[in-house]
Amino acid sequence: MAKKKEEVVRGAEVVNDGNRAINKFRISDAVMMLIIVLLCLTCILPFIHLLAKSVSGNSYVLAKQISFIPKGVTFDAYTSLFKDGSMVYSMIYSIIVTLIFTVLGMIVCTCAAYPLSKKRLKGRAVFTFLLMFPMYFGASLIPTYLLFSNLGLLDNMWVLILPLIYSPYNMLIMKTNLQTSIPDSLEESAFLDGASNFQILTRIVLPLSKPILATLSLFYAVGRWNAYADNAYYIRSENLKMIQYKLSQLVSSAAEAQTATLSEAAAVTSTPEVLQAAAIMFVTIPIICIYPFLQKYFVKGAMIGAVKG
Amino acid sequence: MSKKNSGGGKAATSSSWKNSLKRDWQLYVMLLIPLIIVFVFNYAAYPGMRMALMDYKPAKGYAGSKWVGLETFQKVFRDADFHRSLKNSIIFNVLDLLVGFPVPIILALMLNELRYPKFKKVTQTILYLPHFLSWVIIGSVAYTMFKPTTGLVNIALMNMGFISEGIPFLTEKWHWAVTYLLIGVWQGMGWNTIIYLAAITGISGELYEAAMIDGANRWKRMWHITLPGIRSTIVTLLIMNLGRVMNSNFERLQQFGNSQVKDFQYQLAIYIYEKGLQSAKFSMATAVGIFQSVVGLLLVVLSDWVAKRLGEDGLL
Repeated sequence: MAKKKEEVVRGAEVVNDGNRAINKFRISDAVMMLIIVLLCLTCILPFIHLLAKSVSGNSYVLAKQISFIPKGVTFDAYTSLFKDGSMVYSMIYSIIVTLIFTVLGMIVCTCAAYPLSKKRLKGRAVFTFLLMFPMYFGASLIPTYLLFSNLGLLDNMWVLILPLIYSPYNMLIMKTNLQTSIPDSLEESAFLDGASNFQILTRIVLPLSKPILATLSLFYAVGRWNAYADNAYYIRSENLKMIQYKLSQLVSSAAEAQTATLSEAAAVTSTPEVLQAAAIMFVTIPIICIYPFLQKYFVKGAMIGAVKG
Repeated sequence: MSKKNSGGGKAATSSSWKNSLKRDWQLYVMLLIPLIIVFVFNYAAYPGMRMALMDYKPAKGYAGSKWVGLETFQKVFRDADFHRSLKNSIIFNVLDLLVGFPVPIILALMLNELRYPKFKKVTQTILYLPHFLSWVIIGSVAYTMFKPTTGLVNIALMNMGFISEGIPFLTEKWHWAVTYLLIGVWQGMGWNTIIYLAAITGISGELYEAAMIDGANRWKRMWHITLPGIRSTIVTLLIMNLGRVMNSNFERLQQFGNSQVKDFQYQLAIYIYEKGLQSAKFSMATAVGIFQSVVGLLLVVLSDWVAKRLGEDGLL
């Protein structure tokens, strides 16, 4: 199989060389590159604009003079955010929730995917069905809400973690990957050497599956980090809200009342617009900073996920 | 193990179960963990769906509330709010699909034609970015950019002399509809190209070589080799997306909502949230939720069936 792949790659190289030899750089190349560059700009410029706004002086922002370069640079808005402390607290809280969620999620995901990847497992079809069905048919919001209320999960940090740590989608990706990337013969020989299933998993399968484990951990982490509808449904206390939901409330209250809701202690001197830009960037910058390094793992996961599901 | 299995009848089945348990008990113990989770957090909510057949009062609970049969469903199907939200959900999801589906294909074809690997890599990385940002970030950035008087887009358009007063991109319902849809396309465009690009690399290079010897130009190669080569991927993704036509994203809708655009923004996810959690009309919200789940499930099953009929891999 590897050989075939090599041939394909070599074939593609020949085509590329051919391309270069036969076709010179044409107008169509320029047009396509222009379109792609423009699309890329739509992905970058809004954030540069907000960043510029968040560190600009109030008067320049009010005079609508800020596009992509900050004027009258001041970090007052960020200082207010840090002094107020609620956003920083929420950020740390969100990181903790996301970490717990990711670790538990990966354990549960492995516990589901590894047994179900074994064709010999009796009752595999039934278990797969039981574990997949909720993805296609949800009980809907209110019954779920009342269930969580009965379980004492409302307004509780664990409501943001436990109900979602089992993800059918991630399980499918992991199962597919385990089935295709690890040869049965390897496990079979370990089994004949007297290794138990659990030992095979921890000593052979998991060490060989590091790339997919990294990818799925990121899927879990990003999924938890970005989602906040469940905060709106199940959480009331300020100190249990995750950062995305906090931002959502800050932004909408700033739009309604023209004042962002920070406490007195923050001694806000920035206009709501600047403060809002700073709050958005405060939440966005960490993601943009780590994103380029993690991006390749996501792409890998998306490609495995595309095979099925 | 295989020796014992070779026997026939009931004895063999039970003994193979015994063997299976003996060999794989650790696997079953592992499986218990996800099973407990889905039973406690998913399946345990299913009995609660019976409140759609009751006049559920939170103070009285399931035991004290009256059974009313299909009355709630009749009430829901006569409810003007429900009609509006259903109509909006279907229209906007279909439009999302019509506008959003072709874009990643076109983008993948273009990215595939790029000759500079470095340029391709950097632009791809940038194009995937919106997929990793939450809807609150996208929504609040969009509101900042598109504000009628202070938004950068309107200021730029005014400075260039295209318009004399700000366009209400997100505060007038028809403008909102277009902006909302385009931002949805923008958010997903890069990410969805990954799958098509992967499919394109699977096409044999010899085909292109042969086509070039025959004198096919770039567009002909795209049309006759690349597109047919990713046909099955296109069909599978299209069918998968059709199966999701009832689901709207609560976060996206809520973040782009405001009082001026309620007419269009009011979709099923918003209906269930507002009726259920804000006005405590639990039975009605549950009835609509069940309606949504049932139709969603039917669509998925139907899409799977169609996909298999067309000779593609099913989804289920």
